[in-house]
Amino acid sequence: MTFQDVSAFARTYGLIYLCLLFVGMLVFALWPGNKKRFDEASKIPLRED
Amino acid sequence: MHILSVLLLALGAVATLSLALQASDGVMSFHAGLMGLFFIAGIALLHRRRRNWAGGEGYEDGIIRAGAIASTFWGVVGFLVGLVIALQLAFPVLNFDLPWTNFGRLRPLHTSAVVFAFGGNVLMMTSFHVVQRTCQARLAGGWAPWFVFWGYQLFIVMAATGYVLGVTQSKEYAEPEWYVDLWLTLVWVVYLLVFLGTLWKRREPHIYVANWFYLAFIVTVAMLHIINNLAVPVSWTGTRSYVVWAGVQDALTQWWYGHNAVGFFLTAGFLAIMYYYVPKRAERPIYSYRLSIVHFWSLIFLYIWAGPHHLHYTALPEWSQTLGMTFSIMLWMPSWGGMVNGLMTLSGAWDKLRTDPVLRMMVVSLAFYGMSTFEGPLMAIKEVNALSHYTDWTIGHVHSGALGWVAFVSFGALYHIVPIMWGRQRLYSMVLVNVHFWIATLGIVLYITAMWVSGILQGLMWRAYDHLGFLEYSFVETVAAMHPFYVIRALGGLLFVIGSLIMAYNLWRTMRGDLRIEAAPAGTTASTVAVGAAS
Repeated sequence: MTFQDVSAFARTYGLIYLCLLFVGMLVFALWPGNKKRFDEASKIPLRED
Repeated sequence: MHILSVLLLALGAVATLSLALQASDGVMSFHAGLMGLFFIAGIALLHRRRRNWAGGEGYEDGIIRAGAIASTFWGVVGFLVGLVIALQLAFPVLNFDLPWTNFGRLRPLHTSAVVFAFGGNVLMMTSFHVVQRTCQARLAGGWAPWFVFWGYQLFIVMAATGYVLGVTQSKEYAEPEWYVDLWLTLVWVVYLLVFLGTLWKRREPHIYVANWFYLAFIVTVAMLHIINNLAVPVSWTGTRSYVVWAGVQDALTQWWYGHNAVGFFLTAGFLAIMYYYVPKRAERPIYSYRLSIVHFWSLIFLYIWAGPHHLHYTALPEWSQTLGMTFSIMLWMPSWGGMVNGLMTLSGAWDKLRTDPVLRMMVVSLAFYGMSTFEGPLMAIKEVNALSHYTDWTIGHVHSGALGWVAFVSFGALYHIVPIMWGRQRLYSMVLVNVHFWIATLGIVLYITAMWVSGILQGLMWRAYDHLGFLEYSFVETVAAMHPFYVIRALGGLLFVIGSLIMAYNLWRTMRGDLRIEAAPAGTTASTVAVGAAS
């Protein structure tokens, strides 16, 4: 495996993989059904001293 | 388990003490001796506290109290050394012509003391506090958190004494030599395991976002530290080593490390503090939990690529410089998203800014965060960098982030934690918090404005040509032109040190259980300060 191979992999599959991961995160964060869970989670710090 | 721990520590003591006797240089002998004493003290401590650590109930708060004391102590020390070197730049005679006190040795002492000793202790203290409270679980690992705490202090002492005695591997923000690096690796891995173990034990099913930031900070710093410090020691009994990287690879590894020390140590870790203590202090949940998730992942995705902006116009391939610049500019979005999230948490509770100087400190820290994360990407643009790089503008930028953001949010967390951890009704004095706030803010403003003017002046003087195409100024002329700004900067530093001493006094009186009788609520104007002082 040469530098060229690693670099070619990073520029193609690596790029696609990271972009998909990022889009997946956005979908997860903005999915309407998750809103209730997140609202609950945001109250965690206020429970204990 | 207890026997095994004692055996391990005894083994460590024997190994390091015999190294101390056979070391090939004095500093190694001194540091190995320190490690030996550490292990022996560890055995004694383990024996005395065995019942407490075997099956403690409730939260482990002792370590948070220890962390608060250590953070305050190292903060004052670090700021003080900063003041000394600022004065040395203004008045070189203060180098005293001694090897131990010259600027070259004291400068890493200052940076390590503020970043790793002060910042690191604040991060450990708050992470141990936040992870227990948000997971509703006691810290995992029995005595392991205490090993992390004391092991980290030993790392600080070995690093600091090493610098003064001239031991350095000459990597910025990673100056300690190979054996100190190995020790820190051990401490850090135990820290990671304690944190993960506590998350594992959690009773609250959701992992609160602050813990994500802490975890990113711990994991990434481990990775950066190990890769940047890969080195071959000259001998196992000496301090000197050679880093495996060379040339442009070394430079890139160094700034991949250096910039992510800013991104993950000084940003992700302190954002975790923001995500817990700002809602806590404002008594309102974070403005948008969704935004916090987007903030987290985009910060993690982008920061790691920004390092090459430290190497514009160098031997680094042009495409990687452009990559570093582009990612730095994209960082504007998550940085400001995070700032907005913190600031908007106060919506509907803005009046608290008037009555609670601790919250005000946190909010101003967010304003400085926004300002320095605007300035940073700007300076990462090649054309701007051509003017700003190697000048005092960079120093000013770092300090608006370090003093304004990191230190202020840490002060806020300390002021919040100490009364709770010592079971006090409130801080000793809210008036003193207010005084600290104004003195320190004034200090920061003096510092960064002096450095802006000085940096831009310096950059312009370096690139000024006369009509024949010769450089207009010699280097020493540009140095002389800096003098007034260096004096102003030292004055700003002095104010910041005074502020930290006021905080140390206030926290110490709070720990003792003293309450200063003050006109409630703590004032924001000079007249209320006077009323408070008169009563």
